Amino acid sequence: MMRFFRRSAPPPSEPDTSAAAPAPASVEASLSSTRKGFFGAVRGLFQTQRTLDDAFWDELEERLIQADLGAHTTGDLIEGLQAQHARKPFLDPRDAELALRSELLKLLKSTGDTGLFLPAVADGIAIILVIGVNGVGKTTSIAKLTHYFKDGGRYPILIAGDTFRAAAIDQLKIWGERTDVSVIAQAPGSDPASVVFDGIGAAVGRGADTVLIDTAGRLHTKINLMEELKKVRRVVERRHPGAPHETLLVLDAITGQNGLMQAKSFAHAVGVTGLILSKLDSSAKGGVVFAIAQELKLPIKFIGTGERLEDLSPFDPDEFVQALFA
Amino acid sequence: MFEALTDRMQGIFKDLRNRGRLGEPEVDAALKEVRLALLEADVNFRVARDFIKRVRERALGVEVSESLTPAQQVLRIVNEELVETLGGEPGRIDWTGEMPAPVLLVGLNGQGKTTSAAKLALTLRKLGQRPLLIACDTFRPAAVLQLVTLGKQIACDVYEEGTTARPVDIAMRGLQWGRDHGHTVAIVDTAGRQQVDEALMAELVELKAMVKPNEVLLVASAMTGQEAVNVAQVFHDQLGLTGLILTQIDGDARGGAALSIRAVTGIPVKFLGVGEKVEPLTAFYPDRLASRILGMGDMLTLIEQTQDMYSQEEAASLQKKLVKGQFTFDDFLKQMQQIRKMGSLQSIIEMIPGLNQLMKRPEMAKALDEKQFKRVEAIILSMTLQERALPSLIDGSRRRRIANGSGTKVQDVNQLLNQFRDMQSMMKQMSKGSVPKHLAKLMR
Repeated sequence: MMRFFRRSAPPPSEPDTSAAAPAPASVEASLSSTRKGFFGAVRGLFQTQRTLDDAFWDELEERLIQADLGAHTTGDLIEGLQAQHARKPFLDPRDAELALRSELLKLLKSTGDTGLFLPAVADGIAIILVIGVNGVGKTTSIAKLTHYFKDGGRYPILIAGDTFRAAAIDQLKIWGERTDVSVIAQAPGSDPASVVFDGIGAAVGRGADTVLIDTAGRLHTKINLMEELKKVRRVVERRHPGAPHETLLVLDAITGQNGLMQAKSFAHAVGVTGLILSKLDSSAKGGVVFAIAQELKLPIKFIGTGERLEDLSPFDPDEFVQALFA
Repeated sequence: MFEALTDRMQGIFKDLRNRGRLGEPEVDAALKEVRLALLEADVNFRVARDFIKRVRERALGVEVSESLTPAQQVLRIVNEELVETLGGEPGRIDWTGEMPAPVLLVGLNGQGKTTSAAKLALTLRKLGQRPLLIACDTFRPAAVLQLVTLGKQIACDVYEEGTTARPVDIAMRGLQWGRDHGHTVAIVDTAGRQQVDEALMAELVELKAMVKPNEVLLVASAMTGQEAVNVAQVFHDQLGLTGLILTQIDGDARGGAALSIRAVTGIPVKFLGVGEKVEPLTAFYPDRLASRILGMGDMLTLIEQTQDMYSQEEAASLQKKLVKGQFTFDDFLKQMQQIRKMGSLQSIIEMIPGLNQLMKRPEMAKALDEKQFKRVEAIILSMTLQERALPSLIDGSRRRRIANGSGTKVQDVNQLLNQFRDMQSMMKQMSKGSVPKHLAKLMR
């Protein structure tokens, strides 16, 4: 199995398309409100002639917690900076800023590769399972991934695995029409595992090289629903050994500390290979991803920055932190 | 997982020997734990800070009580302040004035507006109103169809014009249609939007100006983090919110966002959204949310939630039994039999923050498997009715008899009795708001 996509570079088989190029710019633009909000204030914190006194650390703590990094991760980061400062004092607040950026980056990079691990087209069908709690943007993210894969020269087919939510199948079908991609679905209320099992067979039969499976949103605390999801995953594996090649958990950037609980539960239940951090066009900073990186070593693979098909960017930790501090 | 707040607090106060007033160092140490609990619950940083300051003023100088431990005293003040802040009026919809009274639902994407719209319709119908749902989300693919589908499920009229007309025009024509068809309340579902999107907010401001709603309700998920305040503030500044529907409260998010929103904007929580099925909205009780925010679970709501599986009398007696630790093997048997059908004990466990972690442990998974059930069922059925009511009666010879009768070993009977005793004790303690230490360890 080869690693297929690397960061924000376009896939090797395809010349640089317009879809790949705007990605860094859109990250920059969509994150601008974020930047102005939080890290703008943080930069302010570092730029004025500040001594690194108690008030400084208190204010830094406030900023980091308000960014949803959580008390635990924030505590670790500040303790780390303070220890550094004690060993070799930062002469300039900007040095402290660089140290903070470096720590944040280290956290994100500690998760391992943020690329997608998919078989090359020639080596067989790639299957991606998309999961998450209700309302996070699974279906919209799948639509964006479809667009992304098509631009990369792949031939995706979608499976409407959300058989519960009213009009969920219709929603996915509309995206299918917009991206000119087939959607395999059965009647609402059908057993999701059956839909997925049959769907993979049908997708293979139609010559798809990439399958994206939409699932119903579910709170990770609902034992029956998590069992159902486990069954879906087992069925994918049975139908196609080695699959799913990626299990992507979609996380709403505005989620607080519960994001960590979600990640833990879904990872424990079905295994998660990466996150899609959605709705970063909001005022949310998505800071819970640092806690997720720290505790679970889960990489963010994509960020969602709006409701359009193009509003998806492969996650690049350098780019992410850079854009925040630029 | 986090040790129960009460346990952490006991630790702080265990060396408090001097009678008299609660001193600064102890109170500050205790409040440090409380602050941590609030932040873990996603209460906004500044709201938490102000809250702690208020509690500190009250707590310092309080006489150390004879009946309550110092930890309990501080916690009681914290709880009172929380309940007071969260506010005490029952959630009401103002349906006075010209009919149909418009109710506008607004909020970010994916918070549960459409589902809540249908739930609200059901809630209002139970109160004798004739609700109409108006589909003004013309943006999200199949959003209109979603509302139409839900409307059909609850036999509620839905006014829609597909996706080509402007939301404000759909709303106005919908209200007229409602007037012509005798509806008393019109619930307007809108598209989710970011409060930082000026164009979309302007659209909503225009919609509100034309529709002149009695209520503008923000729908927000209990798992919203620190940004809850900023989101609510902008929606409130631009639209004048009259209330909050807090959704996804059936998860394990502590819901601190509600406290933040209330503290900063004054918007009251009017209803809670529980579950994905279209059922009426749940009433908001500030004391239950307070307990949840502090990480102490919500026993009362859980018990209530199981009421639809039992008759009223059964539910009342079950509640009493749980609280008094009188939950018997017969009750347990009934619960277990329910589990196969509806996962009722699961849903109880799922909703206790921390206890749902317990469910994930391999021994619990084992306990829920079919073979185990049959074995446990057989053991209980081999007990006499008296033994089921008073398990303490079950001595060695009875255990042997039960083991023989059920085709199990005495170890199995022992294990069941121990687990049952632990569960009884845990349920009793949880209803008091604390978890015994050795059981709290299980939750990590």
